[in-house]
Amino acid sequence: MSTVLTMAMPKGRIFEEAVDLLRQAGYPLPPEFDESRKLIIDAPEAGLRFILAKPMDVPTYVEHGVADIGIAGKDVMLEEERDVYEVLDLKISECYLAVAGLPNGHDQRVAPKIASKYPNVASHYFREQGQQVEVIKLNGSIELAPLIGLADRIVDIVSTGRTLKENGLVELEKIAEITSRLIVNPASYRLHAARINDLVERLRTLVESKEEGQ
Amino acid sequence: MSKPFVFEKPAGMRDTLPAFYQNNEDIKNRIKQEMESWGYQFIQTPTLEYHDTVGEASAILDQQLFKLLDMEGKTLVLRPDMTAPIARVVSSSMKQVAYPLRLAYSSPVFRAQQREGGRPAEFEQVGIELIGEGTASAEAEALALMSEVFKKSEIASFTVAVGHIGFVQELLSEILGNDDRAADLLRYLNEKNYVGYTSHVKKLPLSSIDTQRLLKLLDLRGGIEVLEEASSLNPNRRGQQTLQELKNLYDLLEDYDAAQNIVFDFTLFSHMSYYTGIVFEGYGAGIGAPIASGGRYDDLLSRFDRKAPAIGFAIRMDYFVEALGKKKDDTKRQCILYTNERRKEALKLARNMRSEGKRLVMQNLSGVKNVDEFSKRFDDVLYLIGTQQGEDFS
Repeated sequence: MSTVLTMAMPKGRIFEEAVDLLRQAGYPLPPEFDESRKLIIDAPEAGLRFILAKPMDVPTYVEHGVADIGIAGKDVMLEEERDVYEVLDLKISECYLAVAGLPNGHDQRVAPKIASKYPNVASHYFREQGQQVEVIKLNGSIELAPLIGLADRIVDIVSTGRTLKENGLVELEKIAEITSRLIVNPASYRLHAARINDLVERLRTLVESKEEGQ
Repeated sequence: MSKPFVFEKPAGMRDTLPAFYQNNEDIKNRIKQEMESWGYQFIQTPTLEYHDTVGEASAILDQQLFKLLDMEGKTLVLRPDMTAPIARVVSSSMKQVAYPLRLAYSSPVFRAQQREGGRPAEFEQVGIELIGEGTASAEAEALALMSEVFKKSEIASFTVAVGHIGFVQELLSEILGNDDRAADLLRYLNEKNYVGYTSHVKKLPLSSIDTQRLLKLLDLRGGIEVLEEASSLNPNRRGQQTLQELKNLYDLLEDYDAAQNIVFDFTLFSHMSYYTGIVFEGYGAGIGAPIASGGRYDDLLSRFDRKAPAIGFAIRMDYFVEALGKKKDDTKRQCILYTNERRKEALKLARNMRSEGKRLVMQNLSGVKNVDEFSKRFDDVLYLIGTQQGEDFS
């Protein structure tokens, strides 16, 4: 336990599930994890240091090497396309990326407009479908866009579908299944191979035993 | 687009100020000395090359190339790496010199920022190319020289990962029997997407043994025992041959006393597409990217019509210096402050001190507004002021 690994954790939706998972994998995390507003939390007994980041930023910290490892949603990985290893599917925070719109909505035929928090994913997806669209980047409450005429359709993550339903939108196409992933910086992967392999194996065993238990 | 402010530079372009420059030069000179002592000769190539020659041959993505047009409308690039230009030189101006050739370089290269700041678009590389030598000895020499540079500079916990492009390709196409399917898996490996690789492998209609062989591939990282593990995956004859070559390489490195920091890693894929055999990267504590990288490229020279096997590596000076940490600038600087009456005396003194190798500033007192502030910049200030003879040290 000579080196302390720095781990970038996503604040918000995924955070609690990720913390649970680490505790179950046998990492003693301090109680301040649950209420603190600190952005850097040391867990010396676990040989880990955590940085708490916006989910969309986790791969950035890991790519630049200021964090050795991180937990990031596949949605973020697809959007950001960072140069990091995606080593393990943690099978938490399951949801999916989808295209949604108004029922019986008519696209503008010349330049269909798509609103999304994931402009990269959206434009890749529609190119693959052979459609030219114009993507409008929004930072939240994406469902608003088709309702008030900013865009024809949206690309967003869906977990229960409740938000879509309550706003009178329907899911049109599924783009990709999303779960959280363990990601690793390429240089750290080799420099701290033993520590990182151990962490990956512990989490892998845990995730697999949970799968079988289901 | 608004006009840039006077203090702005193009994205990724950086200034080097005196303290950093000195430190960088000192470190670089030590690296160059080591390379020279192994008989490598330094050369320089132009900053601008044709897109059709060096630009095309380079492994750097086209969108990362800085391009401009010359007077005839031909597309030029700022050289994005040094390997392609050296291949050009070796096949033209040095065509008459017989192989093997040992060449070295120390030059800035240019790669445009793709998405955001935080990474330089111009950085210095110091490296070597050993051209016209296809043997394991050449590979051992390149790796040993790189290790020696890291060792002598005392880069903390340096590690060199060695992989092989051929082994993975052979194993994949042997198990899958069809290049398209192998290509799918290679793409996942290239993207570092092990989750995607694993789930794709599990979906393929394969025997459970073959599935295990493909999954095990991801674990082929570690010491010399990894070669055994790789061999137990039962690769074909060419795969076994590759493993034998790597074993042989390891033995050679032991002779060089350079095997301690070597790890094998069959998951190592370089972003440089021209590599054909072994690939390697050097890492150091605290740096989240390879400090040095290299490999064998046996097909590049034939693009310039002088076919030859070759191997080389490049060290990124910015990461290398960063890995060594901040060093205090201990260069002593002295100053003579003089007045007109004693100029001749001051000049004589300065000449003597400079010939002794001291770094000495001569400054006429009348040209300085704030003497106290100015003097602080020097380790010693000698005042040759007024009409009386003699030296005063402050």
